Amino acid sequence: MDVKELVEKLNLTVLCSDELGRKVTGCYCGDLLSWVMSRAKEGDAWLTVMGNINSIGVAVLADVACIVLTENAALDDDALMRAKQNDVIVLRTDKNSYEIAAAISRLI
Amino acid sequence: MQDTVKLHFDVSGNDFTCAGEASGKIKRTLKQLGFDISLVRNVAIAVYEAEINMVIHADGGVIDVDIDSDCITVVLKDRGPGIPDIELAMKEGYSTAPENVRMLGFGAGMGLPNIKKYTDEMNIDTVIGVGTTITLKVYNK
Repeated sequence: MDVKELVEKLNLTVLCSDELGRKVTGCYCGDLLSWVMSRAKEGDAWLTVMGNINSIGVAVLADVACIVLTENAALDDDALMRAKQNDVIVLRTDKNSYEIAAAISRLI
Repeated sequence: MQDTVKLHFDVSGNDFTCAGEASGKIKRTLKQLGFDISLVRNVAIAVYEAEINMVIHADGGVIDVDIDSDCITVVLKDRGPGIPDIELAMKEGYSTAPENVRMLGFGAGMGLPNIKKYTDEMNIDTVIGVGTTITLKVYNK
């Protein structure tokens, strides 16, 4: 499944990036950046409420497929700018991480 | 790759907007040089953690990287307060990060343990009131 399909099936809002062809191969939930950095896998959809500039750095380092900001968590302006510079896909939903993770589990 | 590639970065203290720039650039350079993707990821994660530590605890510092075909060496030097108890600081979950830093998603007490986990060698040279120098080595096996 690619990010485009994820967006369509889960009705997610795209906050950054119009190139949604990246494959989603798994899912990781977490807000503590060091945990995410060392445990999220390449190609994961990362579900978090952390929408600051450091989240973008972690997404780049961990090579996740996309960030999904759950429960309508905010994306800071400087984070959006950094995401654009680094081609990081950032999505948003009003659902919580459990609901989205469960839905992703049914899709992949 | 014949010659050593050298990189140098100045890290500002208490500036989270720039934190991650050095590790990002190191990652891109290693990728361009054709290193294995898992080695690139390991080096990038270790340097990012060390870089964040410098920003949080030491008011910044300098990072020097030597890239050889068989080994990546990273030296991170700060003039921060030093680490009083290295053994305690190495314990997963132990953190002295202030509340404002924790609100950003840091301070999980995983920084030094992650650095150790993702490198082949880690040496911490710290003097209270003078600063800390961390030397990391990752071998290209």
